[in-house]
Amino acid sequence: MLRAAITWPVGLFLCALGLSANAEWGINMRRGVTDVSQSVFDLHMTIFWICVVIGVVVFGVMFWSMLMHRKSADSKPATFHEHVGVEILWTVIPLVILIVMAVPATKTLIDIYDADEADVDILVTGYQWRWQYQYVGEGVSFFSTLTTPRDEITNVSAKSPDYLLEVDNPLVIPVGKKVRFLVTASDVIHSWWVPDFAVKKDAIPGFINEAWTRVEEPGIYRGQCTELCGKDHGFMPVVVQVLPQDEYDTWLAEQKEAAAKEAELRDKTWTLDELVERGEKVYTTACASCHQPNGEGLPPMFPALKGSQIATEDMAAHLDIVLNGKPGTAMAAFGKQLSEVDIAAVITYERNAWGNDTGEMLSPIDVLKAKEGQ
Amino acid sequence: MSAVIDTHHHDHAHGPAKGLMRWVLTTNHKDIGSMYLWFSFAMFLLGGSMAMVIRAELFQPGLQLVQPEFFNQMTTTHGLIMVFGAVMPAFVGLANWMIPLMIGAPDMALPRMNNFSFWLLPMAFGLLVSTLFMEGGGPNFGWTFYAPLSTTYAPPSVTFFIFAIHLAGISSIMGAINIIATILNLRAPGMTLMKMPLFVWTWLITAFLLIAVMPVLAGVVTMMLMDIHFGTSFFNAAGGGDPVMFQHIFWFFGHPEVYIMILPAFGAVSQIIPAFSRKPLFGYTSMVYATAAIAFLSFIVWAHHMFTVGIPITGELFFMYATMLIAVPTGVKVFNWVSTMFRGALTFEAPMLFAVAFVILFTIGGFSGLMLAIAPADFQYHDTYFVVAHFHYVLVPGAIFGIFASAYYWLPKWTGHMYDETLAKTHFWMSFIGMNLAFFPMHFVGLAGMPRRIPDYNVMFANFNMISSVGAFMFGVTQLLFLFIVIKCIKGGTKAAANPWEGAEGLEWTVPSPAPYHTFTTPPEVK
Repeated sequence: MLRAAITWPVGLFLCALGLSANAEWGINMRRGVTDVSQSVFDLHMTIFWICVVIGVVVFGVMFWSMLMHRKSADSKPATFHEHVGVEILWTVIPLVILIVMAVPATKTLIDIYDADEADVDILVTGYQWRWQYQYVGEGVSFFSTLTTPRDEITNVSAKSPDYLLEVDNPLVIPVGKKVRFLVTASDVIHSWWVPDFAVKKDAIPGFINEAWTRVEEPGIYRGQCTELCGKDHGFMPVVVQVLPQDEYDTWLAEQKEAAAKEAELRDKTWTLDELVERGEKVYTTACASCHQPNGEGLPPMFPALKGSQIATEDMAAHLDIVLNGKPGTAMAAFGKQLSEVDIAAVITYERNAWGNDTGEMLSPIDVLKAKEGQ
Repeated sequence: MSAVIDTHHHDHAHGPAKGLMRWVLTTNHKDIGSMYLWFSFAMFLLGGSMAMVIRAELFQPGLQLVQPEFFNQMTTTHGLIMVFGAVMPAFVGLANWMIPLMIGAPDMALPRMNNFSFWLLPMAFGLLVSTLFMEGGGPNFGWTFYAPLSTTYAPPSVTFFIFAIHLAGISSIMGAINIIATILNLRAPGMTLMKMPLFVWTWLITAFLLIAVMPVLAGVVTMMLMDIHFGTSFFNAAGGGDPVMFQHIFWFFGHPEVYIMILPAFGAVSQIIPAFSRKPLFGYTSMVYATAAIAFLSFIVWAHHMFTVGIPITGELFFMYATMLIAVPTGVKVFNWVSTMFRGALTFEAPMLFAVAFVILFTIGGFSGLMLAIAPADFQYHDTYFVVAHFHYVLVPGAIFGIFASAYYWLPKWTGHMYDETLAKTHFWMSFIGMNLAFFPMHFVGLAGMPRRIPDYNVMFANFNMISSVGAFMFGVTQLLFLFIVIKCIKGGTKAAANPWEGAEGLEWTVPSPAPYHTFTTPPEVK
């Protein structure tokens, strides 16, 4: 019986090995690429080995007793049931070990909390279900959304190595500089985690948390949201690209230029088709996770837009709910998240997609007027 | 009234009433204990089948069986049902059955309330499970239901979830009051506090924890109710509220809660290890003090669940040090169990197998707990599968193996028959292997960076997830064997003696097996 109990799971275990032999077997924490992540890794390994040593001693005595002091081995039970000396000893020794452990842990923690004198400040905002990065004082701001194709998630096509860990716009930071992250959220609590930096900070609506890093090696580092934030919690990765200073400067300049071009678009005269085309892209990144790509939503939490009153009748009400959200529900205020052009485009798209053929369009200037009228 | 007039003594024992109403109206501690145990086992299977859904979806990367919305409902209700429906009621059931027998009392001190506190539970969980069939689905915000995900962003059924928690909480508080009243008032003459069996001691301390923290839980869900329906902003930052305050209140309940789920198991194991080592428990007094110390510390460590919310460094350091301190009394208990086994005359019947596995695997869960206590390292562990591995190691081979050990240990007393030892050992080994296969690899995927509560994951986590799922299925299916063993034991088997275990001691073994419907109507004398 015992033999059967052991052999078949081992068989299954071997099958499992065979089935996915090409995947990796990561079993330990990553050492990471910052001083902090190295010292966190060292703490982790120290406490791990302390546990192993204690385990070997305690379980050693236990297995010795189980083997040598069996009734079937003719062991006669002793009658001792207390010993003040030993009991004091095994209270004091763990206490000493803990103090030894607490000292380096405290040092590392103090280091982690010292977010002063940063070279770059970035405001990280969690949304359901994407991240927004704003470069404080630079006028550069963008969203970072999962790009893994739906077909890979539904197993229609093969999964890429960065499956679920790839985004359209990664956060870009310079190498060797102290970068401070100001972390917050606009709806529910999220948590921003990059394992290679040992940075994990909760993004909490109404709070701004601080974290910092100084990365010594250029590269792309991937992490995920680690606080349950609703339906697509597993689908909002964090990707950080670390660039050498000169490449970072070029990148930042390009971003500023692009932002200026975006601003000019507001004053351009748009046609319905242009707005619908742009609106579809905005809808996909900002709206589709709740209202669904087909506009049918997931009632009752996420209502349908297809054929809905809001997307087919009074346009002012439609604009109002997109700009200001709907308090008490998951509908966020997009007025501060999206540009006037994007809001005009997405509203125009919603009023002309999925059979909502109103033929109506909203221009960016109207959005601006509505915003300023508030 | 009739009792006043009818003065002549009934010397025959009353048997149980007949039919279904026996169970509805019973005030007998053994009946109620049995109902608690059956209820908790039913919930264990229900919560377990939800875990099977979770593991089936996580068997491979990609979405195969369920959508993320439903996956979140499964993780949430799995947690809620296992914590409030399976583990807690199982220990209350054991307390109902065994505490009166262990302290020489005729019944619980408040039998009518005992009936009420049981019957609230099926109502509470009926309500909770019904939410899964409502529009918008059941609770999907995790068993820790952090606001504002559980308030502003919750499905409409959240109100039913709140009432279910209220009902389960009232049931627990009444059960705790009853246990305290019984232990403090109904002990047999001569049984001083420091002569009480450890199971009674740990339950006494657990009951005080329950009374202290269940009202806090009721408070926090009531605040949610107000936020959702009455326009308050306790947890809504836009209205001047504070989402972090939710977590402080929740974990002020939640941390003692995890000890509520383990202390009675400590007690049971402290009965079983001496019995099968044929040697007295080592360090009885230090066991009692260690339990009390753990209970005290459990109130001042709650924020170690919140190291990443951004508490100031002094707070962070305080909670780190306080949490590390818990290792000291917990270590004392483990050393005492090992010393009890040392130089004993050990045999390994099913209760002992589960008890020994309890000590080893709970200690492994304790080690990962110590690692999690180190705040800077916790930034890497927090909300990953490492945490899932940690708390399943303390809950499955901790609480649940403790319950299995207790069940096998006392089944002969409950049924009057010996259970089938071969099947029980099979149950043990299958559970042991399945459980380790399911939860040990979770340490690895957690350290490698897999967050918890996600329905899909990167391919680098695929191998260990597949192994976890295989282990989980094995563990799950094995529990049906336990059901079979218990039914077989009730139906028949070798007659059990009053004391079927060579080394077992205590008042419960002085009454016949099965224990008569009424026991200790005249209190025994304890020397």
